[in-house]
Amino acid sequence: MTARFLPVTQRLITCTRSVLSAPILVRERWLLNNGRHRLFSSMTGMLRSEDKVIVNFINRDGEKITTEGKIGDSLLDVVVEKNLDIDGFGACEGTLACSTCHLIFDDDIFKQLDSATDEELDMLDLAYGLTDTSRLGCQICLKKFMNDMTVKVPEGVSDVRQAADMSKTTSGI
Amino acid sequence: MSAYCSRWTLRFLNRLCVSGLAKTNNKHVQHFSSQTSPSVQVCIVGSGPAGFYTAQHLLKSHKGIHVDIFEKLPVPFGLVRFGVAPDHPEVKNVINTFTQTAHLERCEFFGNVTIGSDITMEELKMAYHAVILCYGAEGSRSLGVPGEKLSGVYSAKDFVGWYNGLPANKDLNPDLSSDAVVILGQGNVALDVARILLSPVELLKKTDITQASLDSVAASKIKRVVIVGRRGPLQVACTIKELREMVNLPGTKPVLDRRDFEGIKDALKDIARPRKRLTELLMKVAMEEPSGRDAERWAAASQEWSLRFLRSPIKILPTADGKKVAGIRFAVTTLEGSGENAKAVLTGQEEEVSCGLIVSSIGYKSLPIDDGVPFDETQGVIPNDMGRVCQTPGLYCSGWVKRGPTGVIATTMNDSFETARCVLEDIDSRVLDCSMAKPGHHALRGLLEKRGVTPVSFSGWEKIDALEVTRGDEIGKPREKLLDVQEMLQLARA
Repeated sequence: MTARFLPVTQRLITCTRSVLSAPILVRERWLLNNGRHRLFSSMTGMLRSEDKVIVNFINRDGEKITTEGKIGDSLLDVVVEKNLDIDGFGACEGTLACSTCHLIFDDDIFKQLDSATDEELDMLDLAYGLTDTSRLGCQICLKKFMNDMTVKVPEGVSDVRQAADMSKTTSGI
Repeated sequence: MSAYCSRWTLRFLNRLCVSGLAKTNNKHVQHFSSQTSPSVQVCIVGSGPAGFYTAQHLLKSHKGIHVDIFEKLPVPFGLVRFGVAPDHPEVKNVINTFTQTAHLERCEFFGNVTIGSDITMEELKMAYHAVILCYGAEGSRSLGVPGEKLSGVYSAKDFVGWYNGLPANKDLNPDLSSDAVVILGQGNVALDVARILLSPVELLKKTDITQASLDSVAASKIKRVVIVGRRGPLQVACTIKELREMVNLPGTKPVLDRRDFEGIKDALKDIARPRKRLTELLMKVAMEEPSGRDAERWAAASQEWSLRFLRSPIKILPTADGKKVAGIRFAVTTLEGSGENAKAVLTGQEEEVSCGLIVSSIGYKSLPIDDGVPFDETQGVIPNDMGRVCQTPGLYCSGWVKRGPTGVIATTMNDSFETARCVLEDIDSRVLDCSMAKPGHHALRGLLEKRGVTPVSFSGWEKIDALEVTRGDEIGKPREKLLDVQEMLQLARA
């Protein structure tokens, strides 16, 4: 599969109102980010802490994963970059063609997010356990106010391993 | 492979390899982490999304499992290659993750092997601790009306297979010279077919649609596509993304009858968000005056599509010489009950529509694989409990053969993870007896050789893949698919 498989015009991935000025594909931004990584690899320690925010993920099994991400990165970028163990997350690789990066936000954060496009809402409509504060992780780019926010990964299916102990499940689905 | 691709896939590979170990509270990993060589032999039948997602979850969660994936065709990925519309390349990104799974040391791909004839189910059960059936739905539900066999009447499965390069459908050559087409069914496959028939060639020629299909569509005389459902607007089976694509299709105008939507507004209050948004979009198109770009586009459109509700096919009408389809007769229906469970009942009225092509998109159907595997003929699925095949220990199923032919890839992903979890649980609880070593594919290679079957390995597929991409490159397409099984086999063995 080649890059032509993903024409830039095909799906503009948002973050349009993020700190990055123009809408660009997640993958493209990755290239930029990775380029930056190489350039400044020896300066990693010098990255100012205000360029990063802490994000807490509550995984399907209830486990809390605390990590940090760069401002401007999407939550899908964070999951992939930090190798977070969320199975099947981001199946379409951030091209708005699936709903596997569905995340549930706390009310106060959700209210501050830029509004979702029709295309994002269209995919969210296919998500498991859709809630009033659901968004797609590939469309939410980190901003300062999100520092230390907690997002929940909804359970895809009832987990047979937890069926005996439903109290352990974390999402109200 | 592009730089983008490899960067992403490397990261996904990392996730596959590392993440299973990183989670210290995963009891499978704890339980088996001391083992160095795979001891549980698992076989997966079918290499579509269900097969690959089941394999992915098993391999990631349990370091002692070896997975062999068997595929009837020489090429992997099932409906991602042969079902997903060519103008939806982003959906096919899942192939990157599947490819990384296939590259794992504990996973092996065997293309060109048909379970049931080349290897029997009994032989599989002997060779593996667990067999997981992920072979999908290769049949179609039939209309059951006179005229179904006339020339010019196709199942959506075959039609989609034709434009997507499924070897069995390469000679379909549908006649696109009439001005009207009727598509029966209002699901996403119906809309895919409508969209491919009506899309501007400039858009299609940049996709991996087969060249023969592209040439046919380029020469098509189709002006009107009527998409027909037995029930009403609140029961359409498509999802909003596909509907929005139709509404926004260049050069094409939607034609919806506002009378179909009168009184629907009241029903909207009580329905869930996905159905509500879908219906609101339908109502906007049907009832509001188009504005701005929509108005311009629709005024200039040379083709149109429409949704026709409350019509049930009763007879396909032939031309005077009796050789080809000339039209279709519908029974007009009315709804009994409301919501998703509303039933279409006949009113006694009838209606005829002229057309030169009919595509029946009323659903795929799974077929039984072997007498030894239970099969529910009415539901068209293998009877199972969360993926455990009923009354057949050691046998599991995922995907469409497990739950019926509906849902998007994410649905199959979740359902495959569920099956994988059941397998893992059965290994843990020793319901699945893994105490005796099983030979896995080592026992089958000899049998295959004796039977004159040469399997295609994943690297064999990668040779086919490379040639397809090169051929596509020459004509500005992401790939030009090989259509001939023999050609695929020769290339894979070269």
